[in-house]
Amino acid sequence: MAAISIRNLVKRYSDGFPAVNDVSLEIADGEFVILVGPSGCGKSTLLRMIVGLEDITSGDLLIGGERMNQKAPRDRNLAMVFQNYALYPHLTVFENIAFPMRLKNVPNEEVTKRVNEAADLLQLTEHLQRKPAHLSGGQRQRVAMGRAIVRKADAFLFDEPLSNLDAKLRGQMRTEIARLQHQLGTTTVYVTHDQTEAMTLGDRIAVLRKGLLQQVGSARQLYEEPVNLFVAGFIGSPPMNFLPGRFKNGQVETPFGTVSAAGPRLSKVGDRELVILGLRPEHFEDVRLVDATKRAQGKTFTAEVDVTEWLGSQLYAYVPYDAPSEVESQLEELERELDSEQMRTQLVVALDAASRIRSGGRAELWFDPERMHVFDAASGENLTRDPDRVFELDEIERPVEAEIQAADKTEAASESKETPEKA
Amino acid sequence: MADRKVSNWWTFWGVLILVWALFPLLWMVSLSFKDPATFRSSTPTFFPKTWVWDNYKTVFTDSLFTSALRNSVFIAVIATGLAVIIAMFAAYAIARMNFPGKKLLLSMALAIAMFPQAALVGPLFNMWRNLGIYDTWIGLIIPYLTFALPLSIWTMSAFFRQIPWEMEQAAQVDGATAWQAFRKVIIPLAAPGVFTTAILTFFFCWNEFLLAISLTSTDRARTVPAALSFFTGASQFQSPITYIMAASVVVTIPVVILVLVFQRRIMAGLTAGAVKG
Repeated sequence: MAAISIRNLVKRYSDGFPAVNDVSLEIADGEFVILVGPSGCGKSTLLRMIVGLEDITSGDLLIGGERMNQKAPRDRNLAMVFQNYALYPHLTVFENIAFPMRLKNVPNEEVTKRVNEAADLLQLTEHLQRKPAHLSGGQRQRVAMGRAIVRKADAFLFDEPLSNLDAKLRGQMRTEIARLQHQLGTTTVYVTHDQTEAMTLGDRIAVLRKGLLQQVGSARQLYEEPVNLFVAGFIGSPPMNFLPGRFKNGQVETPFGTVSAAGPRLSKVGDRELVILGLRPEHFEDVRLVDATKRAQGKTFTAEVDVTEWLGSQLYAYVPYDAPSEVESQLEELERELDSEQMRTQLVVALDAASRIRSGGRAELWFDPERMHVFDAASGENLTRDPDRVFELDEIERPVEAEIQAADKTEAASESKETPEKA
Repeated sequence: MADRKVSNWWTFWGVLILVWALFPLLWMVSLSFKDPATFRSSTPTFFPKTWVWDNYKTVFTDSLFTSALRNSVFIAVIATGLAVIIAMFAAYAIARMNFPGKKLLLSMALAIAMFPQAALVGPLFNMWRNLGIYDTWIGLIIPYLTFALPLSIWTMSAFFRQIPWEMEQAAQVDGATAWQAFRKVIIPLAAPGVFTTAILTFFFCWNEFLLAISLTSTDRARTVPAALSFFTGASQFQSPITYIMAASVVVTIPVVILVLVFQRRIMAGLTAGAVKG
């Protein structure tokens, strides 16, 4: 087991395109870090640079304190699980798992012992003599993980390991991976484009965009205090709503009327011509379900509800609106980057399931302006982000973890603050 | 009913083609068992009236044939072995690596495969005599390699290309050197391709006649196809046809056995299950 230090790593292809651009990330020993981002953001390339399948153009890669830039994959002692599993079809499950040990000429009894242990852990014992072709997708996935486990590798690297599985199996395997990592305590880097996996699996998430590291932090940090428009839009489902706004004389003009900007968060912004306001769907509520005392703190407005979706625990309501042309292009570009194909600008609102609002009518909605995020319209930077609150959120999330990791966290959190400026 | 009709047609055509292909073979076998003295009877029959082993006995006591058989076996096996090994590396490089002149190499290989062999016989004859490898094994193995390699490289690189990149990368991450990855992962996966290539090359070398007759002059290196044309009967009045047929049957047997044995190895779908299909 070892810590992985990524220092100013760059991957530039021969056509000059930087797939990974000056990424720095410290991964502590035993930590589970997720690399996430839309397709083409460089997350897989970064992973392959760590494992050695991609050359490093510049920067340093340290594993366990040792510089690994020039080392061949076999000398890095890392284990990787590929997206399509990459099992050896001519070998049995047993030999597939034993393969790394066979290469090292591990004695036979030792091989048998370790393969059986891994098979036990992954519930593969009864399939050991079968060929991969006769296994189901989930079983193949487990064989691939078994091959990684027996290595006693310094770190596990996962490259979108669940994207080939169906939804149900994916959920099960996700829990399985989390449990396994917890049990083995091996440093893990996990690449995914699925934000559910990202939010639920790791200790920390690193969000990448066009080869640039945007933000590193716990799921809660990214969700509550995103560093910019991109992270805010990427993390969360349904995604954060973005609306145009204007700060004038201590007031914010929103499409739903003017609200006071006197609160501790909004007052930081100051007067600004055009900003993008970010509101999570769950920050809205059906006005009839809000306490009278709470109601006064927020803003009540009337909206045309286009479609509603009742999910049992929540009710999604869609409110179409026209974005002014000044922010339209910015939002469109964001949509494109996030791989989403939203046809129209609309507000997604997650209401209490008890709400009586139905499709095709007018509804009274309520929101708390103080929970609003404000982004610079040009740079997308989050103007309301409170770095101190980020620390607090961290404390809440991991109260009982070991002291060593807490120390790493502090370091990591400071890192996450630095990187956006570079971006 | 319509389906039934269609399948009957398939059977009909299948049988027709089978008969078409097997008739000369059967004729060959039948002749080889006929009595050399009397097989030209006034009332010819397809199958011999009396089955005799004389032809086979004659053939195997004739040093012309036994030495030719020995030459054939060794030349074909050596040429095949070399062709497969060289083609394996060349095809791997073509399938996996990028190097300048790759396109040129491939088109050159194809050009050589299409080059008429007859045009080379004359120059080779002179060259080989000057080099002192006329009428030797090596003198046949070299041109056989030349003509067998292009096709071998093309077939094998097609097989290598089908193997997912991830297989090798996984092996490398698992701790394999490039050579170990090639030997333990790539070659087993390309085995059907290797066998196909080996068999095709072996058949080519085994059946080749033009070079064999032109570049040999004695028992030292003459292969069976060439030797057959030197067979004579017991006297000048006796036709050697039955002997030649017996010899032909003998050299056909390994070919048939090879096909039957390796038929199972030459199956596609060995990579099934490696990756999510």
